[in-house]
Amino acid sequence: MSAVPVPQVAARVAQVAAGRRGRARRRRSVTGVLLLVVVALFATSLMVGQTFYGPGEVWRVLIGEPVPGASFTVGELRLPRATLGLLTGLAFGLGGVTFQTLLRNPLASPDVIGISSGASAAAVVAIVVFGLRDGAVSLVAVAVALATAAVIYGLSYRHGVAGTRLILIGIGIAAMLNSVVSYVIVRAAQWDLPMAMQWLNGSLNNATWSDVVPLLAALVLAGGVLLLLGRALDTLRLGDDTASALGIAVERSRLLLIGTAVVLIAFGTAATGPIAFVAFLAGPIAARVVGPGGSLQVPAALMGATLVLAADLVGQFLFDTRYPAGVITGVLGAPYLIYLLIRTNRAGGSL
Amino acid sequence: MSAVLERELVAPEAAPERRPVSTRLLWLGACTAVVIALVLASVAFGTRAVSWHELVTAFTGTEEGVAQAAVQARVPRTVLAVLIGAALAVSGAVMQGVTRNPLADPGILGVNMGASLAVVTGIAFFGLTDPTGYVWVAMLGAASAATFVYAVGSLGRGGATPLKLALAGAATAAALTSLVSAILLPRIAVMDTFRFWQIGGVGGATYDRIGHVLPFLAVGFALSLLAARWLNALALGDDLAVGLGERVGLVRAIAALGAVVLCGAATAAAGPIAFVGLVVPHLCRLLVGVDHRWLLPFSALVGAGLLVASDIAGRLVARPEEVDVGIITALIGAPFFIYVVRRSKVREL
Repeated sequence: MSAVPVPQVAARVAQVAAGRRGRARRRRSVTGVLLLVVVALFATSLMVGQTFYGPGEVWRVLIGEPVPGASFTVGELRLPRATLGLLTGLAFGLGGVTFQTLLRNPLASPDVIGISSGASAAAVVAIVVFGLRDGAVSLVAVAVALATAAVIYGLSYRHGVAGTRLILIGIGIAAMLNSVVSYVIVRAAQWDLPMAMQWLNGSLNNATWSDVVPLLAALVLAGGVLLLLGRALDTLRLGDDTASALGIAVERSRLLLIGTAVVLIAFGTAATGPIAFVAFLAGPIAARVVGPGGSLQVPAALMGATLVLAADLVGQFLFDTRYPAGVITGVLGAPYLIYLLIRTNRAGGSL
Repeated sequence: MSAVLERELVAPEAAPERRPVSTRLLWLGACTAVVIALVLASVAFGTRAVSWHELVTAFTGTEEGVAQAAVQARVPRTVLAVLIGAALAVSGAVMQGVTRNPLADPGILGVNMGASLAVVTGIAFFGLTDPTGYVWVAMLGAASAATFVYAVGSLGRGGATPLKLALAGAATAAALTSLVSAILLPRIAVMDTFRFWQIGGVGGATYDRIGHVLPFLAVGFALSLLAARWLNALALGDDLAVGLGERVGLVRAIAALGAVVLCGAATAAAGPIAFVGLVVPHLCRLLVGVDHRWLLPFSALVGAGLLVASDIAGRLVARPEEVDVGIITALIGAPFFIYVVRRSKVREL
C-alpha cells in the first residue's frame, strides 16, 4: 500500500467519496419519489369511487368542512379505508424488511415463515370464538405472533439456527396455522367467504376508525423504535462478529429488533388480515429501486404502503368484480417469489 | 459451521433396516384390521350417531329408517376417503422415491394445487362440466405443476436438493392458490365449490364421482407398483442404478407419471389435500423398511386409514358442522413436516 503515490490515493478517495455522494443522492431522490407516489395513491383512493370527488372537495372534507354527500362518502367510507391501507402497508413493509435484513434472507419474511399466519389465527379465534373487539384483538394477535416467532426460532435451533431450516419450519407452521384459520371460519358459519378472504388473504373491506387507532399507535411506537435501531440493523448486516467489534450489543439488538417487528406485523394483521406477500415484496423491490448501500427501512415502508394502496385501487376498480387487496398482492407476489427462487438457484448462491 | 457439518456427517441417522417377512406380515394384518375398524366407524359416526343394530340392518336392508338412510349416505364418502387416502399416500411415496427427497408430497410440492387450478380454469373459462373431463384436466395441471416445480428446484448447483424443491413447491403452491381465489371470487355460480377447490374434502362424495376417477386411480396404482422395483434401484443413487442396468430417465418418467396420475385424479375427486403423502410413507418406512415393493402397498393401506380417520375426526370435532378433511390433515401433517425438517441433516438443508 505504501508504494501507491500520494496523488493516486487522493484521487481514489475522491472517487469513493463521489460514489457515496451519488448513491446518497439517488437514495434521497428515490425516497422522495416513493413518498410522492404514496401521497398520490392515497389522494386517488379518496377521490375515486362510485362518485368522483375533485381534490377541492376532498380537501374541504379533510379540514372538516361539511360537504353534502362527500362528507359521508369520503370522510366516513374512503378515509378510514385509505388510512388503514397506508398504515398496514407501512407496518408490513417496515416489519418485513427488518426480518429480511436480520436473517439475511429475502425469503425469511414474516408472511412466508408463518408469523403473519399466527397473528391472523389469533385474531380470528379472538373474534369468532371469544367475541373480542378492536384493541383486545390486537393484543391477542401480538401475544400469539410473539409466541409463534419464539416457537419457530426454538424449533429451528439445532447446533445453531440455519436460515434455510428456519424458513422450512416456518412454512410448516404457516400451513398449520392457516388450517386453524380455516377451521374457525368453518365453525363460525357455513363458510363466510368475505371473512375467509380477510383472514386468509387480507382485505381492506369493512375498514373503520376503530381498526385504525390501535395500528396508528403501534406504528408510531414500534416504528419509532425500529428507526432508532436502524444503525444497529445496518451494522448487523455485516455479520455478528463485525457488528460486535463495531460496538453493537448483538444479542440485545437482535432480540429487540425482531420483537418490535413482530409487534408491528401483528397489529397490521389484526386490522386487515395478512395481506399476502406485502412484507415479502416491499424489501426486495425497495432494494432494487434504491440501489446498494444504506438503510432500506424508510424506502421499504413506503414501498409497502404503495403496494397495499395500489392493490386496493386495482382490486376495487380495474375489474368487474371487487377483489380484496390481498388477492391482488397474492397474484403479483407469488410469481416474484418464484422468480427470486429461479434467480438464486441459477446464480448458485445459497438462499 | 464446518464443525457442525462434520458432526452430522460422522453420525448419520440410522437407516431403517430390512424387516423380516414375518414382521411385515404381522404389520400388514394389524393395519388391515385397523383400517376395517375405521371404515366401520366412519359409517357409524357422524352428526347423527347410529347403533350397532341399525348399522347391521342398513346393510342387510331389513329395516328402513332415518338411521339406515344416514348410514347409506355415509358409505360413498367413506369409499372415496379410502381411495383418495391410498392414492395420495402412494403418490407421496413414489415422489419421495423419484426425487430421493424426504420432503416430497403432492401437497407440499404444489402438484395438488396445479390440478386444482387447472380444473377451476376449465370450469370458469372453457365451460368444462364433464366429470371425466375434470380428471383429464386435473392430471394435465398436476403434470405441469410437477414439471415446473422440479425444473425450478433443480436449477443451479447441487441439482434438486430437498430444500430447493420444498421451497419451489411452497412458492408455486402459494402462487396457484392466489390464482384459484382470483378466478373463483367473481363467479357466484361456482362459489359453493370455492372451499372445495382450496381446501379439499370428501363430504360431497357420490358413487357417480367415484366411478369417474376409479379407472384413473387403477392406472396410477398399476404404474406405481410397476415402478416399485426400479425405485429401489434409484434409491442407491443414479450412478449405481445405471450400473445395475436401469434406464434411469425412463424409470423416473414412468414412476413420476404414476404419481401424477394418482394425485391428479385424487384432486379432481376431493380437492387439494396436503400432507397425507408426506406422513404416511415415513410412518410405513418405520414399519416395513425401505423396500418399495412393500412400502407402496403399505402406504396405500395406511393412507386410506389416515384419511378415513381424519374424516371421522372432522365430522366429530365441530358437530353439527363438518370440518373438511384437508384442514385436519394439515393440522396433523404440518408438525410431522417440521419433525422431518428438524431431523434432516444440515448438509441437505
